[in-house]
Amino acid sequence: MRREPPQTLGDYLPLLFPAAMLTIFFVVPFGTMIAVSFFQRQQGGFYTPAFVFDNYARFLSVFFGGVLGFSLMLAVIVAICCVMLALPFTYMLTRMARKVQVVWLVALLSILSLSEVIIGFAWSTLFSRTAGITNILVALGIMEQAKALTPSFGAVLTGMVYQAFPYTVLVLFPALVRLDPTLTEAARTLGASPLKAFFTVVVPALRNTITATLIMVFIFALGSYLLPQLLGRPQHWTLSVLITDQAIYQSNMPFAAAMAVFLVLVTLGLVALTVIAGRKGEAA
Amino acid sequence: MITTSIKRRTLLGAGLAGASMLAMPSILRAQDKSLKVGVYGGYFKDSFDKNIFPEFTKATGIAVESIAEPTGEAWLVQLEQAARAGQAPADVSMMSQVAMLKGQSTDLWTPLDTAKIKNASNLLDRFVNKYPDGRIAGIGAVSWYITLVTNTDVYKEAPTSWTAFWDPANADKLGLLALVSNSFLLEVTAKTFFGGTNALDTEEGLLKAFDKLAEVKPNVRLWYRDEAQFEQSLKSGEIPMGQYYHDVTGLAAADGHPVRSTFPKEGGIQDSGCWALSRASQKSEEAHIFIDYMCQPSIQATLSRKVGTSPTVKREVTDLTDKEFAAVSSDIEPIIPRYDLYQTKSDWLNQKWTELIVG
Repeated sequence: MRREPPQTLGDYLPLLFPAAMLTIFFVVPFGTMIAVSFFQRQQGGFYTPAFVFDNYARFLSVFFGGVLGFSLMLAVIVAICCVMLALPFTYMLTRMARKVQVVWLVALLSILSLSEVIIGFAWSTLFSRTAGITNILVALGIMEQAKALTPSFGAVLTGMVYQAFPYTVLVLFPALVRLDPTLTEAARTLGASPLKAFFTVVVPALRNTITATLIMVFIFALGSYLLPQLLGRPQHWTLSVLITDQAIYQSNMPFAAAMAVFLVLVTLGLVALTVIAGRKGEAA
Repeated sequence: MITTSIKRRTLLGAGLAGASMLAMPSILRAQDKSLKVGVYGGYFKDSFDKNIFPEFTKATGIAVESIAEPTGEAWLVQLEQAARAGQAPADVSMMSQVAMLKGQSTDLWTPLDTAKIKNASNLLDRFVNKYPDGRIAGIGAVSWYITLVTNTDVYKEAPTSWTAFWDPANADKLGLLALVSNSFLLEVTAKTFFGGTNALDTEEGLLKAFDKLAEVKPNVRLWYRDEAQFEQSLKSGEIPMGQYYHDVTGLAAADGHPVRSTFPKEGGIQDSGCWALSRASQKSEEAHIFIDYMCQPSIQATLSRKVGTSPTVKREVTDLTDKEFAAVSSDIEPIIPRYDLYQTKSDWLNQKWTELIVG
């Protein structure tokens, strides 16, 4: 069956509803945010409509640069960890019996139903000195004394990877299911070990999928603001935490909006760079 | 075979009829005099709905519709924006002191007439919130203390002074509030080391307090925004010392948890909320009756017993026993936060504070 391009106005009608929804629920709020980011902050009050760059000027400092840098780095590390864990996992999952696959996928989906708050509290208990996993190690005689593993960078990373892992698997799963098994069979026939076949055949064949997944997890992790608070020290707080502080606790909407706009721009820029680099790689 | 099975439709019909019957009383009530009152959502609202509002309606015939306010300043923003459109999501709201000052800047609060609030004479002076020109913007609703709390298993002896926060022996053991405007640690520092909160009048004074406070950083394990997070860690001894609410800590101790709240010799931090009337409200008459009712010593005593708040009226006019009073308050002169700073210098303070704890 060949898909025909829409010709009459009527053919475009089904598009109107999603377009309207997108405008109302995304374009308008985002436009409002951009507008507010140029408003004049009234200290000790609210804000007045204006067109000033003060809010952006305040953001351009070493301090906020550092926080932004940390947030981006954290999101990149989360994305890399997730894909590194999820790719072999999903690959093996697709080779299992249908029933086993269903059980695993349902379990992963059920993690998605947990809120960030629950995940944060669960991990902070698991990493605590009084009730945490180190107590098991002590009982087994591996450790001398129970100790607290939170707050720390490792705790933040663990929590965020745990939260993003199911998404990663669900994004990779369709592509890996569709992957032609004859590719690996050919590699095996030609004498490659399973490991070598995985890295020289499966991974390159999925390059675009892997890039897309990395970007998706990166953006997902960038918005995280609860886990860094629950599991990290203040130096592990992301820009999203500071945006929340400004918006909710300081009622400084213009500055919060400016930070958010900046974060979106930097994110889009990085994603664009990744896509361009990917295209160049393909062309070469 | 089951012959008496209830048909699904019958059940739905019965449910609808039941629901509309339940809804009836509120429709009837709405015809009488009424007042919408904003109270912090959760524990406060539940306690007021249970212990205060029904009695008020009985005494005055004014029905109260309680509205759950979000925390932070979100409610102030909503009230302000609604007032610009001539709407009042609540007539009277319980507002924090900083929110009161911010609302004053846009004349959000209808000035209150103390001639109609006879019981206002019972109030402690600090609980009457005034515009710069002397008009009354708000009247003290409730107050509460933030004190020095410890886990009794870890600290056999109760600490006596806020200086415990600076003690190197307490490295990585403290849980403190994460925001400059709700932890009031600058005031604590000033009172403990620099002779009083007046030391914060100048920028040099503030910077000195920030420097002194920076010494606490290595002792802090958790900077919390979420109360539940610290409370849990305090009870388990995971984070055995910190600042927390006196009333809630008392309740936890009464439940058998190994925690205690201590009023340091420099005083506990006393924070409070005001009743304020939105300028968009049409219910000024009812609002004055409500605020007057809430200022009665007997109602303040009820609040202390049932909700755990500290009275906003003078202690001698209430009938609280020593034990009841100690459960919610102390005779030690409290540290009163410098709310004015959080209005006039809020951005500067916030920036310095964030750099202090994040940097």
